[in-house]
Amino acid sequence: MPKTTKILIAGFGGQGILFSGKALAYTGLKNDMEVSWLPSYGPEMRGGTANCSITVSDTPIGSPIVDKPDILIAMNKPSLEKYFYETEKGGYIVYDSSLIITQATRDDVITIGIPATKLASDNGLDGLANMIIMGKTIKETNVFSLDQVKNSLSQMVPAKKAELLEKNIKAIELGYNY
Amino acid sequence: MAEKVLMKGNEALAEGAIQAGCRHYFGYPITPQTEVAAYMAKRMPKIGGTFLQAESEVAAINMVIGTASCGYRAMTSSSSPGISLKSEGISYMAGCELPALIVNVERGGPGLGGIQPSQSDYFQATKGGGHGDYKLIVLAPASVQEMYSMAFKGFDLADKYRVPCMILADGTMGQMMEPVELIEGEVKKYDKPWATTGTATHEGRNIINSLSLSPAQLEQWNKNRYDRYKIIEENEVMFEEFMMDDADYCIVAFGIAARVSKNAIMTLRNKGIKVGMIRPITLWPFPKQALINASKKVKAFLSVELNMGQMIDDVKLAINCSKPVYFCGRTGGVIMSPDEVIKSIEDIEKGVAQEW
Amino acid sequence: MVVFDKTKGLTEEPLHYCPGCTHGIIHRLVAESLEELGVLDKTVGVASVGCSVFSYNYFNCDMIQAAHGRAPAVATGAKRADPSKIVFTYQGDGDLAAIGTAETVHSAARNENITIIFVNNAIYGMTGGQMAPTTLPNQITQTSPYGRDVTVVGYPVKVCEMLKEIDGASYVERVAVNNVKNIMAAKKAIKKAFKNQIEGKGFSLIEVLSTCPTNWGLKPVDAIKWLDENMEKYYPLGVYKDKYKEEK
Repeated sequence: MPKTTKILIAGFGGQGILFSGKALAYTGLKNDMEVSWLPSYGPEMRGGTANCSITVSDTPIGSPIVDKPDILIAMNKPSLEKYFYETEKGGYIVYDSSLIITQATRDDVITIGIPATKLASDNGLDGLANMIIMGKTIKETNVFSLDQVKNSLSQMVPAKKAELLEKNIKAIELGYNY
Repeated sequence: MAEKVLMKGNEALAEGAIQAGCRHYFGYPITPQTEVAAYMAKRMPKIGGTFLQAESEVAAINMVIGTASCGYRAMTSSSSPGISLKSEGISYMAGCELPALIVNVERGGPGLGGIQPSQSDYFQATKGGGHGDYKLIVLAPASVQEMYSMAFKGFDLADKYRVPCMILADGTMGQMMEPVELIEGEVKKYDKPWATTGTATHEGRNIINSLSLSPAQLEQWNKNRYDRYKIIEENEVMFEEFMMDDADYCIVAFGIAARVSKNAIMTLRNKGIKVGMIRPITLWPFPKQALINASKKVKAFLSVELNMGQMIDDVKLAINCSKPVYFCGRTGGVIMSPDEVIKSIEDIEKGVAQEW
Repeated sequence: MVVFDKTKGLTEEPLHYCPGCTHGIIHRLVAESLEELGVLDKTVGVASVGCSVFSYNYFNCDMIQAAHGRAPAVATGAKRADPSKIVFTYQGDGDLAAIGTAETVHSAARNENITIIFVNNAIYGMTGGQMAPTTLPNQITQTSPYGRDVTVVGYPVKVCEMLKEIDGASYVERVAVNNVKNIMAAKKAIKKAFKNQIEGKGFSLIEVLSTCPTNWGLKPVDAIKWLDENMEKYYPLGVYKDKYKEEK
């Protein structure tokens, strides 16, 4: 049975959504999987809502557009509301509970809140809520292992930005162990 | 095998063009193709090439004309409204028999339209676009890998036949990242004895020109060009067949619409409905024979497009309306979901779908 | 004894220009300059749209026929393709100063190492005498039958005056071909413009005031007189910009 995981990361422009999406796609590539990464583009990137579709699969990928995610990472309330009921049965919804207060519930998906933005500012990792929430996501969903993501990230970030890599990995681990 | 890298379609296309020997790029920023220009701006100075941001799309295509006239591989890229502006120059190139590569990363139209993906420039690309009797070779990539390889193919076909060639992509093809193998393709060199390289380099004078005030002469030029188009139609058709062996229904789709359709086909097959797809890779020349062959086996065709129905005319013409043809399309930058394609096929099977 | 030879810079093709039109003189000055500088066989000329559309038949070098107004962009592409070639455009006033204004201004701004020969006769000749961007105030044309009314259609464009303000432009001069003295000066300017290109000095534009007896509705001699009395007043001759002059 072929295995395909459709991931949608959604939030505001500037929250690092495209980057964390790229990190997931890159991890797929480095582990010999088929991957696609498709951003929303245009003025949305400059301060409006932004989202990013990532598909990882062991077979060639058809449409790169994720409108019914297996995994939804929501980093603002409009995104959670927009995709809450679109998430596939048996899927996961991971959201930033420091930015989103929600009463919405579903029995057929696993919903996980993590105060990613607050954790980031408490730990001197401002701007890295995206990686904290990604750490939590891989822990809960097993889409990739922590080592797989850390390895690919270290290949993705250029050596001269070692400090940045360190912070990103710290953020992922923080989310993973939360 | 070269290592796979993760790249945006626009960047892969630009790298493909460079690998294909293009050292002259002239462009103008417009979403969603701007990464092509940005990539060229970064790479060209490092490899002794020319990147020039022109004052307009009109100027950019005319710079391409200047470089192509001198026998060098040149390209420009834009998105829908910019291609309309370039259409004057594209018509001149066809008339002057100049090879070059033009890339259209389409967005919704008409007018300023939107910036989201579209395939609504199908007519413009395949039926001419500018004034006069001419055709472009039109290539429709459906993956980032193809964005890369079509740059090779596009330049090769353009040089081989002395025609302008267009890569007709859409916003998703330009913006998405997929793993791509940067294969070093073969770059075939074509003699260009017609190029304006100075009379020191050739016998007599070379003139690049599309003007003739003699109707008889202009008619002959056009006829000669159409003779060449015929050879292109005979030799250069490219398409992909997907699950067509036992198909009862044939989807016809290109680019992103073909990707969405593949998802729909897998789901429909799980439901026991036998659907296949013919994906034109060359939109012109159109894969007529493949559709004729399919028309002898399938019950109906479904044209899936990101527009109000354009390629569907070519589908109906190709099969001479011998089987019912239906349409599934979204426009304005909206992309259909696989569910919409699935519903279209199910409606056809139930007999409740409206023929186009 | 040969006292005068036709320049090798022109072909044997008979010119199609009207009697008394000064295009022929300008063609000759360009062609002589290319021949004398020894660059004819590595020159690529760009013809425009207008009366000079057929100039590709006359200049004895490789030629590209460009769309209306686009010659400077085509020349840019050609020069960038092979900077060792000498690239020039030959354009009229409608082509250069109306539909091709953007291409003209921006090729100057980029200081493209090309030479532009701009023939200004204050009228659209090829299409039969319509108002040009350089048509003088009150001048009668087919599309300004009551005289150019500047309150309605605005003022003529003074190309040299405009381009001298462009930092990129290297050499901009206005000349005329209405008498022997001016023709000698025009030749000197055109040759210098090509020499500049050979020396990599960048963008040169030579505006040549020219006549159009047919569409002005004047006899050739009267057309020359009209140029003296009207055009030269509105479009003063002289060097408007010469970046390299100060260096001497």
